[in-house]
Amino acid sequence: MSYRILLITFCLLFVVSSLVLAENTIKIGVNQPMTGQMAAGGELGMKGINLAHELRPTVLGKKIELILVDNKSDKVDAAVAATKLIEKDKVIAILGSYGSSMSIPSGEVANKNGIPMLTATSTNPMVTQGKEYVFRACFIDPFQGEVMAKFTHEYLKLQKVALLIDIANDYSVGLAKFYKETFEKLGGEIVASLYYQAGDQDFSAQISQIISSGAQALFFPSYFQDAALIAIQARDLGFTGEFLGGDTLHNPVIVDLAKESSEGLFASTFFAPDAPTTEIAANFVAKFKEKYDELPNAVSTLTFDAYNLMLDSIEKAGSTEPEAIKNALAVTKNFVGAGGPIIINEEGDAIKPAVIVTIKDGEFKYYTTIQP
Amino acid sequence: MSFNIFMQNVVNGLSLGGLYALIAIGYTMVYGILRLINFAHGDIFMLGTYFLFYAVAIFHLPWWLSFILAIILTALTGVLTEKIAYRPLRNSPRISLLISAIGVSFFLQNAGIVTFSGIPKAFPRPDIFKKILIIADIRIQIVNINAIVISLLFLMILLYIVYNTKTGLAMRAISTDTETARLMAIDVNRTISITFAIGSALAAVGGILWALKYPQINPLMGIIPGLKAFIAAVVGGIGNIPGAMVGGFLLGFTEIMLVAFLPRLSGYRDAFAFLILILILLFKPDGLFGKNVQEKV
Repeated sequence: MSYRILLITFCLLFVVSSLVLAENTIKIGVNQPMTGQMAAGGELGMKGINLAHELRPTVLGKKIELILVDNKSDKVDAAVAATKLIEKDKVIAILGSYGSSMSIPSGEVANKNGIPMLTATSTNPMVTQGKEYVFRACFIDPFQGEVMAKFTHEYLKLQKVALLIDIANDYSVGLAKFYKETFEKLGGEIVASLYYQAGDQDFSAQISQIISSGAQALFFPSYFQDAALIAIQARDLGFTGEFLGGDTLHNPVIVDLAKESSEGLFASTFFAPDAPTTEIAANFVAKFKEKYDELPNAVSTLTFDAYNLMLDSIEKAGSTEPEAIKNALAVTKNFVGAGGPIIINEEGDAIKPAVIVTIKDGEFKYYTTIQP
Repeated sequence: MSFNIFMQNVVNGLSLGGLYALIAIGYTMVYGILRLINFAHGDIFMLGTYFLFYAVAIFHLPWWLSFILAIILTALTGVLTEKIAYRPLRNSPRISLLISAIGVSFFLQNAGIVTFSGIPKAFPRPDIFKKILIIADIRIQIVNINAIVISLLFLMILLYIVYNTKTGLAMRAISTDTETARLMAIDVNRTISITFAIGSALAAVGGILWALKYPQINPLMGIIPGLKAFIAAVVGGIGNIPGAMVGGFLLGFTEIMLVAFLPRLSGYRDAFAFLILILILLFKPDGLFGKNVQEKV
């Protein structure tokens, strides 16, 4: 008998404690790729979120409970993860995911269920299109293409550029398209457009074409693995022009892989840790270094900002009602994050300046900031 | 296109072709003896590069020793694979062997991701291989010349082994009729092990030259070169050693020239390679050089 009483007591205790917890915590879901192809990105993202959570664990006087679900770098699993967070865990908002291909399906789910979702780094325009509950804390692909075109024309003062595009990758095709449009509008000339497919290792024929086209710079918005091989082969084959790329190249691994061939490469990105422009940024860099013993990268910075933007919006809404949070997010005007100011436009996208970084002596260095 | 750029592309094509040829020879050799399409060949090729990487970067062994070690270790892996995954199935239908080969391929790739991590690594290049000869504006990497010379060299060694040694005679006997060969007191297991050792050693050499030219290695790097070598072997008539060589050069050359002359289609060069495979299988399934009929009767 005493065994049964004990059991009942435990059950009661459990019910009471969960009621108490429910009163005092706010559940925010985190949808990230922790395994699979994009696990590295998910891991970087969590570094930013965890640091932000540690520094700011409460909102509206309640504790925040983060519930992380691994979407396994998979589109279908991303939607499943969002459904689980909303239906089973009853979260009031979702952060994530890294990777546009996962943010698009999970955004569909969040939007349908009326739960606000804020992604930190997904740059594909489709992530927020037509979804009033989905927002992002970064700029979109077209903007990056434009920024690099402006940079080539106005800062580097170059006229002839070649493109090398990963034909199977929306990111690469998108950036190249907007680069071309802007660059030609500014009066520059695209002298060669060549293609490859992710996984290709030989670029000798493409590069020979690019050299013969007389290009002064090569814009290759690809993932860093491909970019490293392209850089090495381009220098081996005697290409002497500038290397230009998007935010995917802002990854120190590219220097390990391409060694001296990566020297002088320019990339547009969200944040340059070596040149924090505001006090908030400097403070973030210091705290990040203290916790992880390394400099923060763009991904961690943006997830850090996304967490704080979400909390600001909950505060502004003054309630944990998903709709109120969505309305507060939608009118963000003067949020200042570690990665710079953020204004959310009517599409749910962040308007913010882009940073250009360059590789000097084997390290990424801040070069300039380009305003939207 | 200027003449210089054309010549540069000829060099590019020959060097890529040389690498394909080297991998294709190993592929075709195993097929010729066992009638097994060893889909794990590309992954053995990947292992070769990692063995060399660890020997040089972690254990700081001298280059010549690392080369030899990597080749020996890869050959042993090949022999081990055959013992574990193919030998128990020797009397099963061909399709079981093929499925087992695909299984080995997936296993090696994923074991590679677990042990070496999926993040690509920079392959160390000794300075002699980095050197570039510039002849009349045409840039030739030393490693390209090596690829071509080494392919030809190994082709000759291989042909010598297959046609002029006792082991080669045993190989050809097994390829014709395993049972009869066994009755003639040929040690079938030993001969097949040797075949795998040679085939895998060739994969290692191909892998190392590949990584010297494209100095970045990852556990999935063998998939595409493996498939390309398979295409090269089929183009040359699978089982035919000189055929695989010619097939390799032909494929490398065509791929480069496709990009050079039709830059708009450059993103589809892999698709183009597979198109060649389909056309060959449809219209000339025995390959350009036919089978070595006398071996099979």
